Amino acid sequence: MQPINQQQQPSAESAQPLSSFPKGGNNDGHESLLVHSVESFGSVDGPGIRFVIFLKGCAMRCRYCHNPDTWEQTGGELRTVDELLAQAVRYRSYWGRQGGITVSGGEALLQIKPLIRLFRKAKEMGIHTCLDTAAQPFRRDSAGFRLFEELMQYTDLILLDIKHIDSEAHKSLTGWANENILDCARYLSDIRKPVWVRHVLVPGITDDDSALRHLRSFLDTLYNIEKVEVLPYHSLGTYKWEKLGIPYTLKDVPAPTSERIENAKRILKAQ
Amino acid sequence: MKLVRHNHILTGLPDTYGRGRIVGDYRRVALYGIDFLIEEKKKDLRNCGDGTMTDYTIRLREEISMQIKALNEMKEMAKIYGYDISQPASNAREAVQWLYFGYLAAIKTQNGAAMSVGRISTFLDIYIQRDIQEGTLTEAGAQELIDHLVMKFRMVKFARIPSYNQLFSGDPVWATLEVAGMGMDGRSMVTKNDFRFLHTLENMGPSPEPNLTVLYCSRLPEGFKRYAAKISVITSSIQYENDDVMRPVWGDDYSICCCVSATQTGKEMQFFGARANLAKCLTYAISGGIDEKTREQCSPAFRPIEGDVVKYDEFMPRFMDMMEWLAGVYVNTLNLIHYMHDKYFYEAAELALIDTDVRRTFATGIAGFSHVVDSISAIKYAKVNIIRDETGFPVEFKTEGDFPRYGNDDDRADDIAVWLLKTFIGMVKKHHTYRDSEPTTSILTITSNVVYGKYTGNMPDGRPAGAPLAPGANPSYGAEKNGLLASLNSTAKLPYKYALDGISNTQTISPDTLGHNDEERTNTLVGVMDGYFDRGAHHLNVNVFGVDKLIDCMEHPEKEEYANFTIRVSGYAVKFIDLTREQQMDVIARQAHGKM
Repeated sequence: MQPINQQQQPSAESAQPLSSFPKGGNNDGHESLLVHSVESFGSVDGPGIRFVIFLKGCAMRCRYCHNPDTWEQTGGELRTVDELLAQAVRYRSYWGRQGGITVSGGEALLQIKPLIRLFRKAKEMGIHTCLDTAAQPFRRDSAGFRLFEELMQYTDLILLDIKHIDSEAHKSLTGWANENILDCARYLSDIRKPVWVRHVLVPGITDDDSALRHLRSFLDTLYNIEKVEVLPYHSLGTYKWEKLGIPYTLKDVPAPTSERIENAKRILKAQ
Repeated sequence: MKLVRHNHILTGLPDTYGRGRIVGDYRRVALYGIDFLIEEKKKDLRNCGDGTMTDYTIRLREEISMQIKALNEMKEMAKIYGYDISQPASNAREAVQWLYFGYLAAIKTQNGAAMSVGRISTFLDIYIQRDIQEGTLTEAGAQELIDHLVMKFRMVKFARIPSYNQLFSGDPVWATLEVAGMGMDGRSMVTKNDFRFLHTLENMGPSPEPNLTVLYCSRLPEGFKRYAAKISVITSSIQYENDDVMRPVWGDDYSICCCVSATQTGKEMQFFGARANLAKCLTYAISGGIDEKTREQCSPAFRPIEGDVVKYDEFMPRFMDMMEWLAGVYVNTLNLIHYMHDKYFYEAAELALIDTDVRRTFATGIAGFSHVVDSISAIKYAKVNIIRDETGFPVEFKTEGDFPRYGNDDDRADDIAVWLLKTFIGMVKKHHTYRDSEPTTSILTITSNVVYGKYTGNMPDGRPAGAPLAPGANPSYGAEKNGLLASLNSTAKLPYKYALDGISNTQTISPDTLGHNDEERTNTLVGVMDGYFDRGAHHLNVNVFGVDKLIDCMEHPEKEEYANFTIRVSGYAVKFIDLTREQQMDVIARQAHGKM
């Protein structure tokens, strides 16, 4: 497998530590998040009906990404934590006992300081909080680790995307190795934080039986996995790549067949 | 009156078809038997008036006599089928049979636009439960009784004029039948029979009739809510109405008399009044009442807007005057139609099963609601330029700048929506309504939104001439930018007390948006309805399918799987293949709520 456009391949050195983002501007007080969009009716991003906040900025360059318009750390709308919460609670009557707020991306952890604030306030209001992340910025040895620990105090559930169990293949697919991501999974297991693992199934890239078995045996070492979700790859986001002028390398890759989806679900013991 | 009818600012008037919307209390046939009902009506006849023959008394006496005649005919009709319905039903089988005879008498004598069945489910359950306990009926036998009854409702067919089908596509009967609801004492009225009625959709496949309506409330038993949602996910054949907003107004024994309108069973009747096209009223306010299609002076020659920009302060008084005029001519027209309907096409069989001292409502309606709201918002918050043709007639609008639209949970637009509704019903109420009926209004268009749209010109909100109006109280096409719940929140803001005839909302949700599997989809749908109805919303039609299925069905109607493919449109269910191509395109254009 050839890595994508070399220029877009970030090096390990430029890996961003856990830190607040965007810097400067109104964000200094960690009051605001740079938001790509919000969805009032999210029903597949965590339990129940959820208000989903999509943040801007992601360092990963997943070849199948269906939201490449969230990659850049520019554009978007700077919105205060209070504003977002006020908007979210307009939908509280739909949440029932299960629903709540999900923060997704982009990579939500890149804006961890205002995110902590958002989740802390949400918990004060009794709202279920869910973080959808690929954990790419996670480093146990970084200064930001303390922030991550703090965030976990206010996070009820994590949707952890594991793109590929094999680090080399992970790098080829996303531009980044996966050791720190698997380490994050172990850390979350250590603190017994509930996790739903999500795995996007791309034919010929992430649906290989031995890799799936490998992933399952890794998950078997963890104590906190409540659910595994297999998300079949689709090409509905392709138009965004064209619009952004980024070459799309999976043009000829079809959506997985239902047999392959069932196969992956069986191996991963997914629901 | 002929001028407003011909220019389609009032349309769908019940002057060429039966007005319908009168629900006989068909349960009475089973509960009392015909002989007792006749005796009671005879008592009413003796008690009618004080001996002086006034217009009022003469008419009422004639009507009661017609009702007694209809009851006798009912008995005779049943005899032809080999049954004696003079006495009460003695078991479940008879109860179903007797009740059906009552309904059959109604549909044999009337071809009303809506011939609802009413609230019969829990009533029948009492008979069924007793028979099951006595060992004379099994659960399978009970389901078979209900299946057969539903089969009868599915088979009803009227011979009607072609223009009826243009308005109400798929030739609906609106054999509306309710399940669930709560009692005034706080107990749920869900019975096994409610499950049996919903189960007919699994036993015999989806079907537009009967128009199954769940009287919803978040306090209904979880198991029932989930079962109803599951049937919605599979068949898209159910509508939901908020018992919590209707019960305080109509008590706990109301029926739905058309698509969405409530009426107390056996105690009320309704004068159905189609709708006023407020979208056209808005263009008239700008043109001074000259119709954009026919160029006739339709309203009195009010002062038009003369400049090149529609200014809010100039527009609003003109719009108010135009609406006042329209409300007046509308009520007058309906008074005339219903006088004649009573005189020449009296619903004796249905009214024989309703109390003699009947409460009457006068149901007006609004079409083009969202377009008027968005257009007023455009005039208020953006700059609406008028483009005139060579005669100076305003033919088009070019709107500069952004403006809030109804359907985004944005109070700036939604407040206009509430104002419009309240103002219109206030204007209707100023007028005398026939037989001292109580005026109500609805935001409900059925499929007539397509026909109304055809005769309506360009609008300041950007809706092009001829395009279908958004149905019922739905936001305009493409206006919703914040997802399904934001749209539902906007509609939920419209107070039911201003639109006691109903606020219809039709939403299509793609299965993938609701969840990964049927269980998740069911749970999500229950959450959506709990949230929506707890906010005081009135009605929701739920369709669960993707746009691709609709397109495929339009292109390949011959496929077997589409023979019974049923969808909910404003207020009723219809087989998709029975819609005209224009209406199919309209349904497809109202893009399903989905996301990547």
